[in-house]
Amino acid sequence: MRTATIILTVNNRVGVLARVAGLLASRGHNIESIIGAPTEQPDTYKIHLVILGPKEKIEQAKKQLNNLVDTLKLIDISHRRRTLVREYVLIKVRAGRDLSAIFAQAGACDARVLDAGPRSATLDLAGSVRKVDRLIERLKPLGIVEFVRSGRIALGGR
Amino acid sequence: MTGAEILLDVFRREGVDILFGYPGGVVIPVFDALPKSGLNLVLTRHEQAAVHAADGYARASGKVGVCLVTSGPGATNSITGLANAKLDSVPMVFVSGQVATSLQGTDAFQETDMAGLTRSVCKHSYQVQSIGELPRIIKESFYIARSGRPGPVAVDLPVDVALAARGAYAYPESIDLPGYHPVRWGHPRRLRELARALSESRKPLLLSGGGIAASGAAGELAAFLEKTRIPVAVTMMGLGCVRWDHPQYLGMPGMHGRAAANLALSECDCLVAVGARFDDRVTGDKRAFASGAVVAHIDIDPAEIGKNVRTKIPIVGDAREVLRELTTLVKPRSVDEWNRRTERWVRDYPLNSGSSAGGGLSPQMVIDGLNRAAGDEAIVVTDVGQNQMWAALGWRHLRPRAFISSGGLGTMGFGLPAAIGAALACPERNVVAVCGDGGLQMNIQELATAGLNRIPVKIAVLNNMCLGMVRQWQELFWGKRYSKTCLRQGPECGPECPGPEGCQRPYKPDFVRAAEAFGLPGFRARTPAEAGDVIEAGFRLPGPVLMEFMIQPEENVFPMVPAGRPIREMVFGDSA
Repeated sequence: MRTATIILTVNNRVGVLARVAGLLASRGHNIESIIGAPTEQPDTYKIHLVILGPKEKIEQAKKQLNNLVDTLKLIDISHRRRTLVREYVLIKVRAGRDLSAIFAQAGACDARVLDAGPRSATLDLAGSVRKVDRLIERLKPLGIVEFVRSGRIALGGR
Repeated sequence: MTGAEILLDVFRREGVDILFGYPGGVVIPVFDALPKSGLNLVLTRHEQAAVHAADGYARASGKVGVCLVTSGPGATNSITGLANAKLDSVPMVFVSGQVATSLQGTDAFQETDMAGLTRSVCKHSYQVQSIGELPRIIKESFYIARSGRPGPVAVDLPVDVALAARGAYAYPESIDLPGYHPVRWGHPRRLRELARALSESRKPLLLSGGGIAASGAAGELAAFLEKTRIPVAVTMMGLGCVRWDHPQYLGMPGMHGRAAANLALSECDCLVAVGARFDDRVTGDKRAFASGAVVAHIDIDPAEIGKNVRTKIPIVGDAREVLRELTTLVKPRSVDEWNRRTERWVRDYPLNSGSSAGGGLSPQMVIDGLNRAAGDEAIVVTDVGQNQMWAALGWRHLRPRAFISSGGLGTMGFGLPAAIGAALACPERNVVAVCGDGGLQMNIQELATAGLNRIPVKIAVLNNMCLGMVRQWQELFWGKRYSKTCLRQGPECGPECPGPEGCQRPYKPDFVRAAEAFGLPGFRARTPAEAGDVIEAGFRLPGPVLMEFMIQPEENVFPMVPAGRPIREMVFGDSA
């Protein structure tokens, strides 16, 4: 199993996100994350996808996505060096009287503490997937109440 | 002009003369504009049949089939037909009415989410939002349907858009689809690689599919076969693209394929598939399929390559262009020991001629009789199941687009409406619909369409009083437990049907009387002699007829490869 991060540029038409998600679902592909948002060009729309599967299956998914009439461009950035991949995470951690442990971990991971109360503290971090993973790992011993990850977005380099 | 008038005008400019459909609330504006449009809409008796008729029309003519139905149930009834056309790559434009845009999403009367429902069964789909974009959407629909790998395109047309009026509209002269560029020419390096692989091969084989018919490449294929003398297997979707009497022809491969084709696929050392997609009904156990061969796959759809079978030489392109180029690149080859071996397989494993024990009527005899009466120009359309396999195996295929059958979806009920479409596409040719008694009942209401419109379809019902293909599986693989496959069953039958032997229950319906009720002549044959008479009478009469042939209920289709087994492991019947 491997993951592939794909940037799909599509026509900005009604239902295009459903079309992409529906295609992947109907062909039995595993979507780890999917984010759609408008771009600097009003008639195009970008979908950031992370899919999971064996190599052949991922290749199939890419060809099928490329076949969509609304697909303008598909880039698989999984193995590209000069690409920035970022994710955002919001985490709620159990807090006691002493918040210092939380602040210490946040500091070590470049996370921000957005809110701290007697029961819980909320942190956020925007960064590489590895950084987000690391923050979650480090906060686990303190007791994670809940976290949400945005899924990945990416921007090609030079 | 209103949206409805614009829709029909764009149809006309796209070359439509006949379309198929069924009216309903939200498409009344379009039906109201029909008489003035000059277009001929054939009213079927069910929306599914309208889509199959458009499908048969498209397959026989090579043009885009067009279908017009109402929202809600009209649209959902069409889904099977669209899925059928999608899996067999049939070009079609399907327009379904929709509730007014102001009511969308409110569960209005006869509202269904057609964009959602058609998404996975169409090549592309559109929701029209305004009259301004209607001409462009319809023109693009035709272009997408017929170009690249053909397929159905669905258009959801809200009633307020059909009613909206504007001045003259501008018919778009060009297409601007920046994301849609079907590849036509194969990659030169890959072509040279394939030419080299063929020159090094000692046991080359061609697998030719429906893509040959779709791209009009039968002539190019013949030239390639002539120069290379490579033996050729033809999938069910491609039947007719190579003449049945061609010396290199091995017939149809697969689950009910001919032994020569299956053995050659199992033994070849270089397999070139053109316009075929390695369906599991062709490959059987994929691990054993062409396991010793270098596989080259030529297809216009890049997503087909490597999907089912590991491919060494992928060539994306139009079959016609690729074959033409490949023929110039390959070295000539002469008939050798490999050819002679494949020819021996053809001779040693002749077609099953069926049993005529006790003077009964075998389906093979009926197919042969129909083929002779219909002549070389005829189009044969089949339903699904045993009737389909008997026709595929027994018919003497001579030309593309003359064997029409539901391949990928295996849709019972396809035969009669598709034959109606084919007959309207080719009025000068004999059109035979070969149906089983089960499949005919799935769209039997279309006898009215054929009868009242005098559409000259020669309907042959191979009546074995059961759902024969499933019955065959039950006999061979499910311990002869005939659960719910007998069409004579009733309350007196126990839960375990012992089989047809000795069963005295009557069969319903009486197809001959049903035909007469729908306004066409019906005949019945129980013996070979009667079959001859019925076929003669059926083809002598102008117009549609129904010919019912009471065939032996326990006749099976052989050879047969059990599901999931390697295709060389064929089961032959007693009479093979």
